[in-house]
This record gives sequence, C-alpha cells and structure tokens, in this order.
Amino acid sequence: MTAITQIRRNDQPIYLDYQATTPMDPRVLEVMMPYFTHKFGNPGSRSHAYGWEAEEAVEKARGQIAKLIGADEKEVIYTSGATESNNLAIRGVAEFYKDRKNHIITTVTEHKCVLDTCRHLEQQGFEVTYLPVQQNGLLDLDVLRAAITDKTVLVSVMAVNNEIGVIQPLAEIGKICREHKVFFHTDAAQAAGKIPLDVEAMNIDLMSISGHKIYGPKGIGALYVRRKPRVRLVAMIYGGGQERGFRSGTLPTPLCVGLGEACEIATKEMGAEAKRLAKLQERMLKGLRAKLTDIVVNGDLEQRIPGNLNISFAYVEGESLMMGIKNLSVSSGSACTSASLEPSYVLRALGVEEEMAHTSLRIGLGRFTTEHEVDTAVDELVRHVTKLRAMSPLWEMAQEGIDLKSIEWAAH
Amino acid sequence: MSVSAYLDHNATSPLRPEAFESMVEALRAGGNPSSVHAAGRKARGFVEAARRQVAGLVGALPGEVVFTSGGTEANSLALSGAGRRRVLISAVEHDSVSRTVPDAEIIPVDGNGVVDLAVLEQVLTTTREPALVSVMSANNETGVLQPIGEVVRLARAAGALVHCDAVQAAGKVPVDIHGLGVDYLSLSAHKLGGPAGVGALIVRSGAPFETDRRGGGQESNRRAGTENVAGIAGFGVAARGASQSADFGSLRDRLEIALVQIVPKARIFGSAARRVGNTTCVSMPGVSAETQVMALDLAGVCVSAGAACSSGKVQRSAVLAAMGVAPNEATTAIRISLGWNTVPADIDRLIAAWRDLYIRVTQSDIPRAAAA
Repeated sequence: MTAITQIRRNDQPIYLDYQATTPMDPRVLEVMMPYFTHKFGNPGSRSHAYGWEAEEAVEKARGQIAKLIGADEKEVIYTSGATESNNLAIRGVAEFYKDRKNHIITTVTEHKCVLDTCRHLEQQGFEVTYLPVQQNGLLDLDVLRAAITDKTVLVSVMAVNNEIGVIQPLAEIGKICREHKVFFHTDAAQAAGKIPLDVEAMNIDLMSISGHKIYGPKGIGALYVRRKPRVRLVAMIYGGGQERGFRSGTLPTPLCVGLGEACEIATKEMGAEAKRLAKLQERMLKGLRAKLTDIVVNGDLEQRIPGNLNISFAYVEGESLMMGIKNLSVSSGSACTSASLEPSYVLRALGVEEEMAHTSLRIGLGRFTTEHEVDTAVDELVRHVTKLRAMSPLWEMAQEGIDLKSIEWAAH
Repeated sequence: MSVSAYLDHNATSPLRPEAFESMVEALRAGGNPSSVHAAGRKARGFVEAARRQVAGLVGALPGEVVFTSGGTEANSLALSGAGRRRVLISAVEHDSVSRTVPDAEIIPVDGNGVVDLAVLEQVLTTTREPALVSVMSANNETGVLQPIGEVVRLARAAGALVHCDAVQAAGKVPVDIHGLGVDYLSLSAHKLGGPAGVGALIVRSGAPFETDRRGGGQESNRRAGTENVAGIAGFGVAARGASQSADFGSLRDRLEIALVQIVPKARIFGSAARRVGNTTCVSMPGVSAETQVMALDLAGVCVSAGAACSSGKVQRSAVLAAMGVAPNEATTAIRISLGWNTVPADIDRLIAAWRDLYIRVTQSDIPRAAAA
C-alpha cells in the first residue's frame, strides 16, 4: 500500500470526489503500460502476432469483467464508457422491440444520460414513466409494480446513485421485472466493484459499467447483455462489426486491459475495502456532528455505499463553502452538471428544500483516502462552516429562534 | 517481437513516445474535466490543449473539435448528426460509413478507385431533396485520395452537406477543413500514432448538427460522456507530431519498384491515381493473400490481407470489387502500410521475404497452374 498512498503530494488538495472519477490504481496502470508501447497491435488484425497478442489481452479482460458481475464473458460488450452503455442499452432495446412494446420505466434520480435518452425516446413516440423515489432516495417496489403494463419493455433503475450513494433494491426489482417479462437494465457505473453484483441472482438483463469509476481508465466501459433469455439490441455504431455487431470500432487494447484489471482487483478487494471505507465514512460523520449542528445527510444512510456522503450544511451557501475549502476537492451536485448552479434534481426528488439543496456537498471517499485526510477534511469543513455561519444573518435569526419560513421576503 | 517489421499502420500505428509520455502524465493527474475543483481543472487543461493541437492538424477552430471514442464513432455521429435522410456515399467507403447508412445512394469509382464526379453530379441533381455526401479522403486499403475539393464544389451547388472520413489521410497529407469546405471531418488517433479509443469529429462552425449521444452535456452538448482525458492528451501530442512528420512517399516508391521487379505480373492497385504516401495494395498473381500474409509473418513482416476490422473471415475486398478487380485477382492482394517509425530496413526485410516467397511458389506448382 505504500506505493499507493504516495499518490498525493502534500501540495495537492485532498481528493474527495470519488463519484466524479477515481484516480487510477497504479496496479492497473502497470498492466496497461506494455499495451501502449510494444504490444500495440489491433485486436482485429488476424494476420500477425501483434494482432493475436492484443486479441488475447482484450479477451482475458472481458473474462475479468464478467467475473465481477457473475456473467459469462460472451455477454460483455466493450463501449467507450457508461454514458455510451446507457445510451445503447435503453435506445437499443427500445428500438428493437418497438413494434410490440413501447413503454419504458425509469426513476427521476437516474443519471442525466439515462434521463436524456428517455426524453429523446419520448420525442420519438415512446412512452416513458419516471417513477418518484422515497424521501430516502429508494424506489418503492409497489410503485414500480403498479407502473408496469403489458406495453412495458424495459425498466431502467440505477444500482447506486451518483450523488447520494443509495443502493436500490436490485434483486427485488429484478424479480418483479422477470415475473412481468420485462427487461431490467441497471446503470451500475457507481456500483460495480463497490457492492456485490450478480446478474443471475438479481435477474439483471443489461448492466452498464464504467472504467474510471472503479480505478480504471477513462474512455472505456462495458455493457452486459444477457444471452439467456436473450436480449436483443439495435446497435448505435456500425462498422467493422466488432463486439458481435453491437458496437463497431477498433478496441482500445490498453483501456480494455485496464478495465479488466480494475475489475479483477475489485473482485478480490471489494469486501475489505468496503469495511475500511465504512469506518472512514463513520469517522467523518462523527467528526462533523461532534462540532456542527444542523447538518443533514441526504439519502438513506444504511442502504448506501460507504464511499459516499451527501451532506447539507444548513445556513451555508454551497458555492461559498466550496470556495472556502480550496484544499478539499469535493463537489456540489454531480460533476457533469456541477458547472451549473441549479440545485440538484436528485435532492429535489428526495423532497429536500431548495435552500438545503443549495448547501449540500457530495463527499466521495475511496481506495486512496486515508484517516488523516478524513480528519483534515473534517477540520476544514468545521472551520469554514462555522465561519460562514458566523457571517450569515439567517444563522443568526435561527439561533434567536425565528422561524425563517414565517418571514415574508421583500421582492427586489 | 520487437525485431519484426511492422508494416500494418493502416490497421493501427504504434503509439508515439511523446504521446505516451503525455498520457502517463494525464493518467497520473486523474480528475474529471467537468469538476470545478483543482483536479478537474487540471484534467480540463489537458483536454483543451489537445483540442487546439487536433484543430491545428486540420486547420479547424478548437471549438469545432468534438472528441469521440474513435473514427468509427466520429463517422456515426456525422452521418446521424447532419440530419439528412438522403445520403450519397462513394463505393469505397469504410464499413463504419457504408453500414451506418445502408440505404445510401452509391457513387461508383473508376478503375483507379477515384469517385466518378460526373455520376455524383448527376445523382445530386436528380431530386431536390437536400443530401449529405460522404466521401473519404484516403482509402484504407489502397491509399487512393479522393478529389474532395471537387466533391464539395458539386455538393454545394446542389445544396448538399459534405462529410469526409479523413481517418487515413490526416497526418499523412495536408488536410484543411476550411480550405476544402467540408462540413464534417472524421479523425482517429491510433492511425497517426496516438492511442486507440479516441478520435474526433470536426463540425464546421455553422454546419447543422444534432447529437445522438445524450447525457452530461460534455463537448458542448455534441457528445456526452466523461472525456477520455489521457487518450485525448495523447491524441493532441500525436496530432502535433503527425503534422510535422516526413512523407513516406520515397520509401514507398522504392518498395513498389522492387516488388514489381521481383514479380513482374504484380499489380499495384490505384497506382495511377493520387495516393497517400504510406499505402501499397499489391497482388502476387496466383498466390492467395492468406498465404502471403502468413509467409511474411513467419519472416517477421506484419502486413494485412485487407481491412483489420472484425471479420477474421476471409472476405472479398469491397474496395477492389468496386474498382472492377476480378475476384480471383482481388484475393491475391495484400496491403502494406508504412508509418512514423518505419525505417528503410523494414522495407528491405519485406522485399527479401516477398522475393523468398515468390521463389518458393514459382518452384512449386502454383505458377504452372496459373499458366495453364
């Protein structure tokens, strides 16, 4: 572990944004290296040793990916990332079966790439139901059951939410889907390698995986597509016919190898890592609660990956807090949309009030997070929240016992 | 394996050392370019530097560069993104174009593989429905260059948009998107010494474009998905290297002269046309491409029997068929493609291996059968 913990130099901020992206595990980089340099062949080249060597490597990695999720290697397709996997799974199924069924069910807290794909399908004439979630961020199974009709072709529910880290009841959802003969897709970008996943036990028909969320490289992902009972897809990218025709394009051998190795490491170390992260998560929360009042964890704390905390610091503005804690790399909202200042749609879906949503930070812990980093982060957060609250008239009023909701603000 | 002569750069080109270095730097830095904190801004810096470098390779503005997962995705994005139902393509396009638009109207090529401009003009003017014309710059099998300027002139006159697959041309011949007047241009990193898994679609500022990749709004809403930061960084550096690299033409010409001296009946396809300087498609009459490729591989020379995609199956080359090459001759054609690290000794080794093979087969029954 010594080599690994050396990743951060002292002058670098503490990285606590593991849901945006993870640093690559040095062990992953190491196995990728030869495929960047002397083992550079195109896995599609069948006429010489460079090609065979590359093909062997991508196939080995495919097996490593399959093993992580209890799949057969023939059921794993390489893509450029989870966004592409989600686009391909949802659009691919919708378009293939459109003559028989045209209804898709998803939830309001899905990643943007799922929601945007569904919105586009609506414009194409498909019917989409966006299920609400409960206040803890979890899907109510009765609500799901009630939404399924004989026109429903696909249910797409993410395994772990990217903002609040809650784990959806995959096995139960899978069972309901199988009973109703509806395909079940899960966006497991934030779940693979973090929680045990088994496509058989959970009746999952399609699963999206991302490389860079599990200490592998960016630019690679995978889509699991069940063979028995067979799921069929209309491809999005045509060409050389790679990946059984589901996804054409030269396979990037080093990236495939890196994803495979990342999955292999996760398979072996997930259990121990989860325990370690759970301790860090608890340490952080205890540390904050010891010194700060009026902080709320958004999303269920039990049904949650240990590497995530999403906390609202009441009476503090999230952006000001972000500006203050320059030594901590955290995010307010998910990374793809964090450049915008809109409150998170995920938190809104949980019924979090706008003021509280604006004060939220997503804190992601991961493989290279240390106790010392957690303690430093707690100190920084406490210091800046306290300082900002001291300047806040709202905080002052709240301390004086004034109900802020009763105030009628003058419009400007 | 490091001792073999790798002459299959049109399948994939080894990574340039300077591109590799920049990738390792980016891989070590980590970060998601969409994150606003320091790690994110650092990653964003790599992406934007590469955007300027890639733009520079083809005379584009940085804002016109949309990074993709490769040339295949770039072609796919262009063909759907232009939003034209009517599509015209040449008969020698890469599968990633022809299979994406199976209903496209096909413009034939002549015996040298050059698109027939008269037919193009005629087809363009048969109906008034606005079209998209997709014609590649350099062909992946023969290296033949298409007259893109002329294609654009005809297309414009008919109100059509133009897409150009420049995957095999960029970095080997000068490509200037605005000089050519092309609306969409596809690039691949690993064909010019960058990494596999990254490419770009250049969308001319002002050209219509609607993406079919939805999500987090990356690449100015033109291609969603977390950017392959290290891959993009490597692409940028490779693009800069490719724009400064030497021409392979003289080496290739020497090779072709030697091959024809050894096998007088050998035919070099597209040789009368303008070609990119790194590609030779040549036949050894009477000897199947598979036999040649295997014999050359045993001699430590890597070439291919055609495009290196998925097939594995021996398929007849659609490119040679479109050029009117007879099936029995097309199955004797191999592709030799040079690249940034090719040295004269590689060529000598290929020439020697080709000579050895020819001597072996002329002493066996194959030439007699051919003569009969």
